[in-house]
Amino acid sequence: MLIKIPKSWQLSESDATPENIYKERRRFMKGTAAVITGGIAGSLLGRDAFAAWVRGEKLPNVVQSQYTTDEELTPYDDVTQYNNFYEFGTNKGDPYDNALDFKTKPWTVEIAGEVNNPGIYDVEDLLRPHQMEHRIYRHRCVETWSMVVPWVGVTLADIIKRLEPTSRAKYIAFETLHDPKQMPGQNRNVLQWPYVEGLRMDEAMNPLTLLATGVYGEVMPPQNGAPIRLIIPWKYGFKGIKSIVKITFTEKEPPTSWNVSAPREYGFYANVNPEVSHPRWSQAKERRIGSFFKQPTLMFNGYGEDVAHLYSGMDLAKYF
Amino acid sequence: MSTNVDTMNRLSFSMPYRAKWWLMFGLMAAPLAWLIGSALTGGLGANPIEAINRFLGDWALRILLVTLAVTPLKLMFGLTWPVRMRRMLGLWAFAYVALHITNYVAIDQFFDWGDIWRDILKRKFITAGFVAFLIISALAATSWNGAIKRMGVQAWKRLHKLVYWAGVLGCLHYIWMVKADLREPLIHIAILAVLLGVRVYHNLRVYYA
Repeated sequence: MLIKIPKSWQLSESDATPENIYKERRRFMKGTAAVITGGIAGSLLGRDAFAAWVRGEKLPNVVQSQYTTDEELTPYDDVTQYNNFYEFGTNKGDPYDNALDFKTKPWTVEIAGEVNNPGIYDVEDLLRPHQMEHRIYRHRCVETWSMVVPWVGVTLADIIKRLEPTSRAKYIAFETLHDPKQMPGQNRNVLQWPYVEGLRMDEAMNPLTLLATGVYGEVMPPQNGAPIRLIIPWKYGFKGIKSIVKITFTEKEPPTSWNVSAPREYGFYANVNPEVSHPRWSQAKERRIGSFFKQPTLMFNGYGEDVAHLYSGMDLAKYF
Repeated sequence: MSTNVDTMNRLSFSMPYRAKWWLMFGLMAAPLAWLIGSALTGGLGANPIEAINRFLGDWALRILLVTLAVTPLKLMFGLTWPVRMRRMLGLWAFAYVALHITNYVAIDQFFDWGDIWRDILKRKFITAGFVAFLIISALAATSWNGAIKRMGVQAWKRLHKLVYWAGVLGCLHYIWMVKADLREPLIHIAILAVLLGVRVYHNLRVYYA
């Protein structure tokens, strides 16, 4: 057995600055600078240097999923700083700038409608009984950019089974938090608040559909939709509703925010489909974040094998 | 009236004309310099091609509005120095439009002429932008002194009145492009409406005087 006797000048493992602290330093300095600046300006709106969320908290007990891809991952900074989350502003950088102090603990989710186990659940209780998985999914935005994101989450179907929907439950509706104090974007009626989304029950029960709570193995940052958001990898990104506070099982097709805002442009289904253009731009190609050249967009974002059967016989140009 | 105008000119900017010209030239060049600086230091975010496209489009429209503010400044405040540098301002607007289109053709679409042509025909916001580009190109091409002589003053003036349509089409291009947040395009439209409204008001007053 090799016994190492450290020299007095040698640093032990515990002396090294943990990576997360080292990486957080920049962000902390930025926050501190903002507070100092805010103080000088006499503003009461100064940013809290000790923000509600800090990077680096690993999620425990996560297993690898069969759902993965060899494609190159989009870097963490791009995944967490280039976001459409209109509750925090309409520019891509706004969510990163405005969501730092968003409170995701405690967090409850109301379960309602055609279901045997309705009630108000703490998000931890909702997720705890189920296996968390690492899943690498392609993410295609309706604006023709795309990413490859390693999510952490729970199969939505597992939770649905536990909640026991009744036989009348044909659809499932989701709702985002409505809190203009924390979500400054909600002070303007760019969309109708709260943001709402929905799936047909068979879409929700598909094993690909994920309730995500992390990215890159870590607790999800608020700008990506913490503490829980939906991921439906064969649909455009706007179907992936963020910061969910309510899940309702319904008999009828529920309203969905972008469809309400512009029914000609955004349908209920919003399946990725290179053959059906958005009225104002083609969906045939996409630019992977970090790439110079555009690449062809795949039918159902490349997940046709798993989901095409859900839409057999449907006119996808009509039900876009 | 003339003393009034003199006073305005003296009060507004007690600076030699050449200095004003270079100041305005520098202001028009500043956004481009910022863009180049950001591009070289990786400051354009996750989707730099989109960021460049948006930035150049925003500034093309803003500088076009600056150019369209020249006449209202003369009509309302009697300022004449902006009129003398109108060509320089207009050519800057053209420069940003040309760079915006170059970015779209060469980088965003990578010379996929089939897709570009389909965009122009099918997408009304691109149709509007394309027509605005044709107009402003024609104005830039006839911006030299010799062009006025060759075309005749009347024909040249008639052609250059198309700049109003370039402004209108530029604003339509913007508002038809955005997804849901109409605030910024509406601000641009309001400014354009004021700038064109001042001309209409002035012309009506002259007509009924």
